[in-house]
Amino acid sequence: MTKQIHLAAHFPGVNNTTVWSDPAAGSHIEFDSFTRFAQTAERGKFDFMFLAEGLRLREQNGVIYDLDVVGRPDTFTILAALAAVTDYLGLTGTINSTFNEPYEVARQFASLDHLSGGRAAWNVVTSWDGFTGENFRRGGYLAQDDRYERARTFLGTAAQLWDSWGGDEIIADKQSGEFLATPAPGAFKHSDAFFDIQGQFNVPRSPQGRPVIFQAGDSDEGRNFAASTADAIFSRHSTLKDGQAFYADVKGRLPKYGRTRDQLLILPAATFVLGDTDAEAADLAHEVRRAQVSPQTALRFIEQLWNTPLPDFDVDGPLPDFDPVVSDTLISKGRASVRMFAKNPVALADEWRARAADGKLSAREVVIEVTGRQSFVGAPETVASSINELVQADAADGYILVPHITPDGLAPFVDKVVPLLQERGVFRADYTGTTLRDHLGLDPLGQSGETGQANRAAS
Amino acid sequence: MAPAPHSPAEALHLAVALDGAGWHPAAWREPDAQPDRLFTAAYWVDLAQQAERGLLDFVTIEDGLDLQSDDHFARDERTDRVRGRLDAVLIAARTAPKTRRIGFVPTAVTTHTEPFHISKEIATLDYVSTGRAGVRVQIAGRTDTAAHFGRREIAPLSAEKVNTGRRNDPDVQALIEAHFDEAADYVEVLRRLWDSWEDDAEIRDVATGRFIDRDKLHYIDFEGRWFSVRGPSITPRPPQGQPVVAALGHATVPYRLIARSADIGFVTPRDRAGAAKIIAEIRSEQALAGRAEETLHVFGDLVVFLDNNAPAAHDRRRRLDELAGVAYSSDAYIFAGNAAELADLLLDWAQAGLAGFRLRPGALPHDLAQITDALVPELQRRGAFRTGYPGPDASGSGTLRGLLGLPRPANRYASV
Repeated sequence: MTKQIHLAAHFPGVNNTTVWSDPAAGSHIEFDSFTRFAQTAERGKFDFMFLAEGLRLREQNGVIYDLDVVGRPDTFTILAALAAVTDYLGLTGTINSTFNEPYEVARQFASLDHLSGGRAAWNVVTSWDGFTGENFRRGGYLAQDDRYERARTFLGTAAQLWDSWGGDEIIADKQSGEFLATPAPGAFKHSDAFFDIQGQFNVPRSPQGRPVIFQAGDSDEGRNFAASTADAIFSRHSTLKDGQAFYADVKGRLPKYGRTRDQLLILPAATFVLGDTDAEAADLAHEVRRAQVSPQTALRFIEQLWNTPLPDFDVDGPLPDFDPVVSDTLISKGRASVRMFAKNPVALADEWRARAADGKLSAREVVIEVTGRQSFVGAPETVASSINELVQADAADGYILVPHITPDGLAPFVDKVVPLLQERGVFRADYTGTTLRDHLGLDPLGQSGETGQANRAAS
Repeated sequence: MAPAPHSPAEALHLAVALDGAGWHPAAWREPDAQPDRLFTAAYWVDLAQQAERGLLDFVTIEDGLDLQSDDHFARDERTDRVRGRLDAVLIAARTAPKTRRIGFVPTAVTTHTEPFHISKEIATLDYVSTGRAGVRVQIAGRTDTAAHFGRREIAPLSAEKVNTGRRNDPDVQALIEAHFDEAADYVEVLRRLWDSWEDDAEIRDVATGRFIDRDKLHYIDFEGRWFSVRGPSITPRPPQGQPVVAALGHATVPYRLIARSADIGFVTPRDRAGAAKIIAEIRSEQALAGRAEETLHVFGDLVVFLDNNAPAAHDRRRRLDELAGVAYSSDAYIFAGNAAELADLLLDWAQAGLAGFRLRPGALPHDLAQITDALVPELQRRGAFRTGYPGPDASGSGTLRGLLGLPRPANRYASV
């Protein structure tokens, strides 16, 4: 059977994928940019838009990192405002389970779901760094091993709060004077190693019952967490082979948790560059890569891998000939990607030097080659075919597209690629439902206590 | 800018306090009440647009991290009252883009939330409303509310501590002061975080590859008795520089919070003399806090039942009391009557130095419509209320600070 493709739009983030230096690049903080981005996605009949989050400005060499876009709005607040300027688009926010409390997050998501008519989704992430913790009264810091446990119990606790209202408590009968059908709605009690709370949840059950749950974990533990509790995975595996392996692995874990293959969508993040022809797109993609990796940015990447400041380093010359500094202390803080570097920096540096030798590449050219290649490059017809083939080949259920220009970088995709997918009958011509669960093809949740989250998360 | 004196000839500021179906516990049973819409965006958009048609300064939105209760210190199990609410900041954010001029001042609880989160929420509300955001800070003393969080540095305030004649015990006083001192620290952190980016920190300098001038971002390094926050904010300085901060107070300790930390204090006098006394106390605390030169507006809070003729308003209040089974009482003065009578009262009390009023509609939408359609025209006829929002040339045009005559604050971290 031909699968229907799911498409979503990731608001360009605070990393070097986003090309702020382009003359077409607009504000990353004014509401108008978010409105235009969201309305473009809705014009393209996308399932949802996606916001990442980081709760401490990044630093490198002990100072605030200044080369990428810096600064972003509060996730909940901007999504609630976007609900006012869109009618169908799902609203997915990344919210950290380490620097929040379940009662608060549960009521904010339930509120967002009410205020958007059932369009809220939560990408559950966890940090464990004391660096970010310095911004919070709660403080750091989790042992790394505890982070999934905290995320799991946090989500389970939030689910318990959402399920504390069944949906039939409010009768609001003016004649009889009964507002509530029951004297103590929202009653809950939860006690475990992380949370010891009880009382009454104060937001009635929301249109979707709870937000749609996203997960981004990639480790074995992360995959089990997603397979047991998530509705969708935000993955990094956007190529055919990687995508198929990840897809088969995670979908294969679902039966263990009593779930079917269509109850968890796999949606890799993907970038794109369009041109009138494939050749033009390839040229453009190369230019975009050079803009994404300015000489200054290339130097910062090299410092991250070598884990040491290189103040006089020439990025147009060769890579450093010495080995990276292996240490528990990293010069880059608040950036998830450097943990990939830190796993085995010496071997990775050897790999980079081999790439340089093979292609006679300068240090900057190596960085351009090895970091962040675009997922889809080509004429609209080519990109539409690639996406469809990948989805039909079970490398993904769809893609979360990250344009490199804010706010209008999504428009060419919506105007040129979406119609081709619609012509092929693999993408909706119009919305057929109103909630995000509808868009994702997820069955509605029942009333009281049927989100299943609490039980699965606790097991 | 020194606080302006207010004579009847000068314009009052008017705000309306939105909460559920209105402030009377039986308001949801009124024929025009919409209790089945309380949890929809459209309900709040309708109310805010109605308030904006009345040219009001701002709406406040009540909130709490517990289920409403008639008992201030514990939950009740009543089924005949509105129960359940949505997050006030998110209601404001959902509503603001559907309005153009009116301000939004949602309630945020300081006792259990993270100042870092609330700071960026209100900054973002300021962005999505293009400069019309504020926040009303509120402490949450209930024991059962604290149990929703399970992490507290300050002991909760229980009924037996506050209500059984022990209110003046030194221990109880210290506890009350601790809650409000923490709220003052909280507001200090909010303001520092809003200032932690200078207005021109974003430079987009292609030649050097720098998006920001990092020298214009600042660690706030707040270290207080209850928490520390490093900063800077992840959200750039909002359009108003610092959104408007408000607090409600009924006694010396909260008056001190208002005097030290707020741009607007909501107070609950019972008459003009009472208003004068409260204002004198706040002004004295304001001077002690070294803020004598700053504009701090004091608004009188009133619950209002308004009808075209006074007997109808009294009848309605009585009818609602009968439905509720108990005479409605409030921390604020309860007014029932017609618009002319209310205008008389407001202009009289304003003589005591109140800059404006926050009116709590007894029932929604009825009393809000009476405020916008009867009270506002009455005040306009007397030259005591604006006849339109300020034009594009007015200072601070389009912002809540502009409406309120509050200057845009200089950034404490900016080097001149």
